[in-house]
Amino acid sequence: MNIALSNIAWLEPFVKVAKGENVAQNVQLITKTIGIPLVGILVFLMLWSAAANSIDTSLGKFPGPAQVLEQSKNLLAEHFAERERAEAFYQRQEERNAQRVKDDPTYVPKIRDYTGKNTYIDQIITSLVTVLSGFLLASILAIPLGIVIGLSANLHAAFNPVIQIFKPVSPLAWLPLVTMVVSALYVTDDPVVPKSFITSVVTVMLCCLWPTVINTAFGVATIPKDLVNVSQVLRLNWITHVRKIAIPASIPMVFTGLRLSLSIAWMVLIAAEMLAQNPGLGKFVWDEFQNGSSDSLGRIMVAIITIGLIGFFLDRVMLRIQRSVSWDKSATLR
Amino acid sequence: MRGTKTLRRTFIKSALVLATGMATLVSPYALAKDYPEKEELKFGFIKLTDMAPLAVAYEKGFFEDEGLYVTLEAQANWKVLLDRVIDGQLDGAHMLAGQPLGATIGFGTKADIITAFSMDLNGNAITVSNDIWEQMKPHVPMQADGKPVHPIKADSLKPVVDKYKAEGKPFNMGMVFPVSTHNYELRYWLAAGGINPGYYAPEKGDTSGKIKADALLSVTPPPQMPSTMEAGTIYGYCVGEPWNQQAVFKGIGVPVITDYEIWKNNPEKVFGVSKQWAEKYPITHKAVVKALIRAAAWLDENNNANRPEAVKILSKPNYVGADYEVIANSMTGTFEYEKGDKREVPDFNVFFRYNATYPYYSDAIWYLTQMRRWGQISEQKPDSWYMDIAKQVYRPDIYATAAKELIKEGKLKAADFPDFATESGFKPAQVDFIDGLTYDGTTPNAYIDQFKIGLKGNEKP
Repeated sequence: MNIALSNIAWLEPFVKVAKGENVAQNVQLITKTIGIPLVGILVFLMLWSAAANSIDTSLGKFPGPAQVLEQSKNLLAEHFAERERAEAFYQRQEERNAQRVKDDPTYVPKIRDYTGKNTYIDQIITSLVTVLSGFLLASILAIPLGIVIGLSANLHAAFNPVIQIFKPVSPLAWLPLVTMVVSALYVTDDPVVPKSFITSVVTVMLCCLWPTVINTAFGVATIPKDLVNVSQVLRLNWITHVRKIAIPASIPMVFTGLRLSLSIAWMVLIAAEMLAQNPGLGKFVWDEFQNGSSDSLGRIMVAIITIGLIGFFLDRVMLRIQRSVSWDKSATLR
Repeated sequence: MRGTKTLRRTFIKSALVLATGMATLVSPYALAKDYPEKEELKFGFIKLTDMAPLAVAYEKGFFEDEGLYVTLEAQANWKVLLDRVIDGQLDGAHMLAGQPLGATIGFGTKADIITAFSMDLNGNAITVSNDIWEQMKPHVPMQADGKPVHPIKADSLKPVVDKYKAEGKPFNMGMVFPVSTHNYELRYWLAAGGINPGYYAPEKGDTSGKIKADALLSVTPPPQMPSTMEAGTIYGYCVGEPWNQQAVFKGIGVPVITDYEIWKNNPEKVFGVSKQWAEKYPITHKAVVKALIRAAAWLDENNNANRPEAVKILSKPNYVGADYEVIANSMTGTFEYEKGDKREVPDFNVFFRYNATYPYYSDAIWYLTQMRRWGQISEQKPDSWYMDIAKQVYRPDIYATAAKELIKEGKLKAADFPDFATESGFKPAQVDFIDGLTYDGTTPNAYIDQFKIGLKGNEKP
C-alpha cells in the first residue's frame, strides 16, 4: 500500500512486468501506485495555472508553474554567479594580504569569509541545520522527561497541566522573550555561532518539545501489564526496568512523538525566521515580500514548494526510522 | 674616571629615552597607513534607495580599498536596526537622522549613538491613496493643462480630514518611526496646512503622539507601506523611495509632495555607530567614513552619470530589490506624481553635492526643535542644551580627518568639501520651507516659537 518515494517497493511491479510475471495484475498495480498520483499532480498544475492567470495582484499576476520554473532557474543561476564572485573576493583578499605582509612583515595573514549575500541554496542549508539542531536538542530533553513522567502517575499528574498549557503556544509568542533572553545570556566577543541561530534553535526547541514528551509519557505509561509484571517478578531495578522494559516497549510511541515534533519544528522554523529575520528560507520569503519586485511572487512560490518538499522529505525519513525501530511490523504506518 | 663612565652611561640612557620619545612622536606619520583595528564588519540597512552609499562602497570595492571586509544586512525595521547597533550585533547602520539624537536624549531606547557621516539630502515623499486623492483634487489649484500646481499644500487635504472627523472616523496615516525624518516632515506638512498631527507626552507615558490629533500617525516599516495602504489600514504615508514610486507603479496611490518641496535640501539619513564602538575602533571608523565619502562622491559624479549603474545595484534582491524602473524614477532625477505626471526633480536624491555628507550641527538642531515642537522633549530647554546635544552626537571632526586623508591620497579634491579651517558646522539661515518660515540653527528656541501649531516655551500638551 506504500506509494512512498523513499521505498523501492514501487520498482517491484516494473521488474515483474519486465520478467513477464503476472503482467495484467502488475500493470494495474503500476497505474495505481504511479499513474494515479501523476494524474493528480497534472490536474493540480492545470488548476493552479488557470487560477494563477485569473488572480491579479498589484505586483502582477499570481505566479503560475511557468514563472516558478523560470524563477527556480534564476535562483540557481544567481547561486553560481555568487560563487564566482566569492572566488574573485578570495583572490583579491590574498593579493591584499600579500601586499600587507610586504609592508609589515610581522603581519600574520588571515583569510576572512566571503562577505556577499547568501544564495538560495545557502538559505536552504541554514534552515536545515537550524531545524535539525533545534529538533535534536528538543529530543534530548523530551525523551528522558517523557520516560520519567510516564513511569510515575504522580509526576504525570504534576507535570501535565504545565505541558498542556505550553503545548498550544505559538512560536511567535515565544520569540520576543527568547530573543531578549538569548541576547542577555549569550554574550561573547567572538561568537562561535551567530545569536540569530541560537534564537531560532531555542524557539524551535520550545515548540517541538511537547509532542515527544506527551507521546513518550503515554507510551511508557501504557506498557502492557504483563511486561510490568515480568519486571516485578524478576525484581529488576529501576535502571534495568527502564532500559529493558520501558524504552523498548514505548519506542513506537516515542517515534510517533518525534515525527510530530519534527513536522512542527519545520513549520515553526519558517515562521521564526520570518519574524526574527534569522537567515533561512523564512527570511528569504519575507525579504522577497518586502522587495515587491515583479519577480517576487514567483520567487516566494519557489520557496513554498521547496519548503513543502523538504518537509515531506523530513517526514519520510522519520517514517523510515520509525518503521525500522518498531517491533510491531504488522502495524500500518503512514 | 668613574665620573666620566657614569656620565657616559647617563648619556647613553638619555639618548635611548630620546630615541624612543622621537619614535613615539614620529609614529603617527610612520603609521599613516594604519590598519583598521577591526576588519570584519557588519552594517545594517533598511530597504530604501538612500542606503545607496553602503551598497556602492561595497560593490565598487571602496570598503576593500580601506582594508575592510563588510557584510551588509537588511533589517526588518528601524527599531530592530537600532537595538542591534546598541547591543553590538551590528557595527554600524544606515539610520534616520533623528535616531542617534533620540537615543542620546533618551526618547525611546536610551543609548549613546554618534554619527560622522550624513548619507543624503531629500529623498522622501508623501503619498495618499487613490480614494483620498479623488477627495482632495477639487481643492487643489490646477495649471492651465489640467495638472495640479506643485507643491500641493496640506490645505487641500484639510477638508477631507475635517469630513472624516465630522463623521467620527479616524484619519490614519503612516510614517516609519517616531523619531524619523518622515514623522517630522509629515507633521510639518500637515501642520502647515492647519491639520494637527498630535502631540507626544513621554512624561505621562504617552509615546503614541496622538494627543489632540486631527490625523492619527502610526508606525509602519517602509517596505510595507504600499501594502498597508492597499489594505486600507492607512490613507496615506510619508516614506523614502522607492515606496512612493511603487504606489504609482502598482496604481494604488498618488504621491502629492516631495520633502524637497517641504524643506529644500533637508538632511535625511546618517551613518550611525555606537559611541563605545567609535572609541574602541577609531581607525576603523575613519576608514568606513572614507569609503562612504568616496561612494557618495561616485553617486553624484559627472552630474549623476553613475546613477543608472547605481540603480542596477540597488535593484538586486539583497539590497532594495524593487524593479529597476521603480527605483530609476527617483534616482535618475525625475519623480512621477499622478500616473503619467512625471516631473523633473534633479535634486530629489542628493548624495554628495551641497556638502550633503558633512554632519552639520544645524541639521541636528533642526530635528531637536521638532522633537520639542511635538512634545517628544517634554520640557523647555535652553539654546545651549541644543548645542551640547548636537556636539555630542554629530562628529564633523571625524569626518574632517577622513576627508583630509582622501584629499592627501588624491582621491578627492579639497574643493569637494567645506573649508575645514573655517567651517562652524552651522548652515546660514534657511528659508526654503513650505510655510515660509526661517530656520537659524543658532537660535532654536526662537525658531520653535514661530510655529502656529506646536508646543512653545514651556507648554505641555
